[in-house]
Amino acid sequence: MILSVPAMLLLVALVIGPAILVLFLSFTNASLGLAGIRFIGLANYTRMLTDPGFAQSLRNTALYVAVVVPTSIGWGLLVALLIARSRFAVLYRTAYFLPVAATLVALATAWEAILHPSLGFANTLLQLLGASPVRFLSDPATAIYALAAIGVWQLVGFNMILFLAGLSTIPEELYEAAAIDGADRGLKRFLLVTWPMLAPVTVFVTVMTIIRAFSVFETVAVLTQGGPMKSTSVVLYTFYQEGFRFFRVGYASAISVSFFVFVTFLSLVQMRVSERRARWKASGGQP
Amino acid sequence: MAALDLHIDDIGKRYGAIDVLRGICLNVAAGEFVTLLGPSGCGKSTLLRIIAGLERADQGHVRAGGRELDAVAPKDRDLAFVFQSYALYPHLSVYDNIAAPLVMRELSSLERLPVIGGLLPGAVLRKRSIRERVGQTSALLKLDALLERRPSALSGGQRQRVALGRAMVRKPKIFLMDEPLANLDAALRIHTRGEIARLHKEMQTTTIFVTHDQAEAAALSDRVAVIFGGELRQVAAPADLYREPVDLDVARFLAQPFLNEVAVAAPMGGALMIGGSRIIIRDALGSGQAGTLAFRPEHATLVDKDQPGALAVCVTRIEHAGMDAHVFVNAEVGAEFVARISAERARPLRDGDNLGLNIDPENAWFFPSSGSRRPGDHSGAA
Repeated sequence: MILSVPAMLLLVALVIGPAILVLFLSFTNASLGLAGIRFIGLANYTRMLTDPGFAQSLRNTALYVAVVVPTSIGWGLLVALLIARSRFAVLYRTAYFLPVAATLVALATAWEAILHPSLGFANTLLQLLGASPVRFLSDPATAIYALAAIGVWQLVGFNMILFLAGLSTIPEELYEAAAIDGADRGLKRFLLVTWPMLAPVTVFVTVMTIIRAFSVFETVAVLTQGGPMKSTSVVLYTFYQEGFRFFRVGYASAISVSFFVFVTFLSLVQMRVSERRARWKASGGQP
Repeated sequence: MAALDLHIDDIGKRYGAIDVLRGICLNVAAGEFVTLLGPSGCGKSTLLRIIAGLERADQGHVRAGGRELDAVAPKDRDLAFVFQSYALYPHLSVYDNIAAPLVMRELSSLERLPVIGGLLPGAVLRKRSIRERVGQTSALLKLDALLERRPSALSGGQRQRVALGRAMVRKPKIFLMDEPLANLDAALRIHTRGEIARLHKEMQTTTIFVTHDQAEAAALSDRVAVIFGGELRQVAAPADLYREPVDLDVARFLAQPFLNEVAVAAPMGGALMIGGSRIIIRDALGSGQAGTLAFRPEHATLVDKDQPGALAVCVTRIEHAGMDAHVFVNAEVGAEFVARISAERARPLRDGDNLGLNIDPENAWFFPSSGSRRPGDHSGAA
């Protein structure tokens, strides 16, 4: 017991304490630089529901999530299936995992160069193909999709690694049984063995990807600052602006708490589903 | 049901520098039950997997019913495979596991879909036919009450029966079983062994059964193929294998649980010399090499120590095992033997007793050090 005291103290000081403080602040009108804090109950939360800026950021985030989640999961699974038995698996794995390991801010700068309206590689390519150039990041119609593409590029590697790990746990004998039962390759084998056996990993990947997509921030901060015309202002960027630009600490805390509750809810759903799965997955066909 | 004959012709398999299988030839008649018996790592499972098409042989051919199988996919070989771990689909119910081979073969991807599949007229008929066949199989295996369960909710023996059901439902021409009883406890193993024998009698399907348990092999098979270090050493009916093992490895593997062995010089005049004693055995004729004399404990008898021709021995330990007892003795010449005698006769014996040991001349084997004996040479005389 006594040995865990330092760890306990650190946990309280660095995690639990600040979390409680944020929860407390979310019920106040705290503002950095202004003296005096007043308890205002749920006013910050009701304001969140009526704030057109916040609603806009929710819509943007939802759009971003709707593109990034299915694409990065589907693509990650496809790549994992394709390279699992490839001789160049290590090469592919490294290439796809690079964006996960690298610093996103630095890579975002590289993307800025690639997507530059006149000098960028992307537009050079488009022109070579005979298309007219696109102002990817400065056109309100395309900016969120450009960011989503970068998000997909960054998440595919992570999802692929998880799917590869999941694939490696599927007993070879199930594939052999399937081969004898008449499902020796392609969609039949995928539907009979791979997909169901991968289900727990898929649930985990889906929840992780949703959380990460909702948390998009770096690319927005570096590349668009929420613009043009607020078309890329996402939830966490709004939170950042409220808290660190406009110093509305109380309101920012309310956004932060809501986000935390949402993420916790998703994680609980994931845990419940995997527990249910674990019961048959554990004993399955094994001795 | 039609069964197929199976011909294994000069099969060889290498993993890196290791020869796992060398020149295996084996002919299995239609409807025959043949066991591949050998210690773990001898290549018997690899041979089974080559027959199934799960692994490719580096040389040789497998033919069934006159058809060359080497280039045929496992699913098209008209055979079923029972895995040691059963390899049931954990997310499917018992019914769906048993139905899987039929569903995969007879329904298209579209017809397998839950709702849309029900609307296609052909699929409805085919699904009914599948349901009937699964019903027959589950009745045969007494699985009717378990059809809705997942494999994880079944006991080991029940899972084993589901695995058998999945193999049987398609009515394959050849059954391949890879140690299907290894994961069951002792009582269940003997029960399931009986079930497999019963099913084979009813269905008369050609069966290749892999095991390392000689009792299992003897109980089930028409013939047993003994494999050591990737080589097929002997193929014989269980009774013949017991009487006439071809070499020392086979004899040792089939001895239960002990085999008496003693190194001897080349036989002279139909007899072998152990120390100063002349042992006359049938096998000692016609060989000019040194080798090993081997005999089972049940083919040794303990007699009075003064009986002429008997080997002088001293009792070191007695193990009672129900009806019989194993008596461990030390011969004066320095060898150790075990004799199996009835428990009644072992009762008066005590450690340290001096006795004589007689070896049954018809059932003792002489294995020349350079290789194998030739069983059958003496069988006419025996």
